[in-house]
Amino acid sequence: MGGNSNVKLIDDNGIRIDGRRVDELRNLKIEAGVLKRADGSAYVELGKNKVLAAVYGPRECHPRHMQNPAKAIIQCKYNMIAFSVGDRKRPGPDRRSVEISKIISEAFEYVVFTENYPRTSIDIYIEVLQANAGTRCAGLTAASVALADAGIPMKDLVPSVAVGKVNDQVVLDLQKEEDNFGQADVPMAMIPRTGEVLLLQMDGHLTRVQFDRAMELAVPALHQIYAAQKDALARRYAVEQSDEPEDPATSEPQEG
Amino acid sequence: MARSIMSEIKKDHIHKLLAKGRRVDGRAWDEFRPISIQTNFSETAEGSARVKLGNTDVLVGVKMDTGTPFDDTPNKGVLATNAELIPMASPTFEAGPPDENSIELARVVDRGIRESQMIDLEALCIEPMKEVWMVFTDIYVLDYDGNLFDAAFLGAMAALKSTIVPAKSHDKGDDYALPIRHFPISVTAVQIENSILVDPTLDEEKVAAARLTVTTDENGDLRAMQKGGQGALTMDQIYKVIETSQRLGADLRKIVG
Repeated sequence: MGGNSNVKLIDDNGIRIDGRRVDELRNLKIEAGVLKRADGSAYVELGKNKVLAAVYGPRECHPRHMQNPAKAIIQCKYNMIAFSVGDRKRPGPDRRSVEISKIISEAFEYVVFTENYPRTSIDIYIEVLQANAGTRCAGLTAASVALADAGIPMKDLVPSVAVGKVNDQVVLDLQKEEDNFGQADVPMAMIPRTGEVLLLQMDGHLTRVQFDRAMELAVPALHQIYAAQKDALARRYAVEQSDEPEDPATSEPQEG
Repeated sequence: MARSIMSEIKKDHIHKLLAKGRRVDGRAWDEFRPISIQTNFSETAEGSARVKLGNTDVLVGVKMDTGTPFDDTPNKGVLATNAELIPMASPTFEAGPPDENSIELARVVDRGIRESQMIDLEALCIEPMKEVWMVFTDIYVLDYDGNLFDAAFLGAMAALKSTIVPAKSHDKGDDYALPIRHFPISVTAVQIENSILVDPTLDEEKVAAARLTVTTDENGDLRAMQKGGQGALTMDQIYKVIETSQRLGADLRKIVG
């Protein structure tokens, strides 16, 4: 958070620099099953963010000492490609991506029925192709659809969004300038059906009242993203259904 | 933190006590273990503190040097926080480059320091775009019995508050105390079944499903949060930890001084 609130990011009519209201999500596009080799995949565009997620597994767990005899482990790797940001990002994991990978892995442990697949690993790869703030949330949203596309049993899909504070106002889904010059950022992920929170981070400065307001903005947005996730999966399997006359319930994605 | 094998008997014991609203060491759900803070532990560091939180033992040191500022903050000093989970502290810690646990620990502590604007970084500018002070906070875990986040944060607070900018040895005038503006404090709690337990021991961490760290400033405003662990938290639990952090933060601030 730059914390520089001199930069005017919301006009007197409450409209943000990209034309959105404070409670408005950026344009969201989700596609399921976009990669051939992966067991499951998804592509998400959230405003100018472009994120791909792929899932492999459950498969043999490497390294072997990470195996859990009682359940599958979830290993997420979040990565930003070199030209996804203004200044070239040096390829390879940095401290930020290691932390994000860890918290996304942990978020999915709760929803995936890992106990069905002892000793295996479910590997999630998130590649940020173009970044414009909120990439961990877009990545998590994509990864959840990719897990479903891989046919991995889960309690539910997990939508994710960030709320933040800009010019002393609580706003939904910060884009880049708002993130750079904003005063707070709260990425979160939730199971919409139960209201259980799977990912929550915060940095910046929020009063308790502002935090409450942030939650008021986040919950409907999470439901909106959740609907888009379900719609993406429905579209993906509706296409398969028309190609193949069999029962769609048994049409797992097959190795091509 | 690193998960290791735990006997079923011990797990049962924690769960059974918790069902009666009790903890293994007899503390209330919102009670910290005894805290001792020894500042100026090191003569070679610009500031330092050794914190014991129950049996958890953490040593934090601050080193300062001059360097070039980042391009996007040409008139601000530079902050860097690093944490090492050294093998002497636990059988589950391994030597080598920082793993995800130490990176998360360092980044959560860093966020609390940075986002609270605790240090007046503009006062650490020597010449804009050319030379600024850099503040390196290094956290060493010596003995791990749970709740590294709060032990490390208390240590970082105490070390930074005791830090003297070594201006003289860099030909920058007289030494002076590191300019401090705010006083953030982190409070970490874990969720075990439906219970929230503040300042978890290692055994409690092993049983816990989820963890939440909330860092507040002296006004009770939120400055940083981090959820960890493989479980889920309800909104009620999140609010409970926020309120507890605001309340206990005031007491902890007095201990750091």
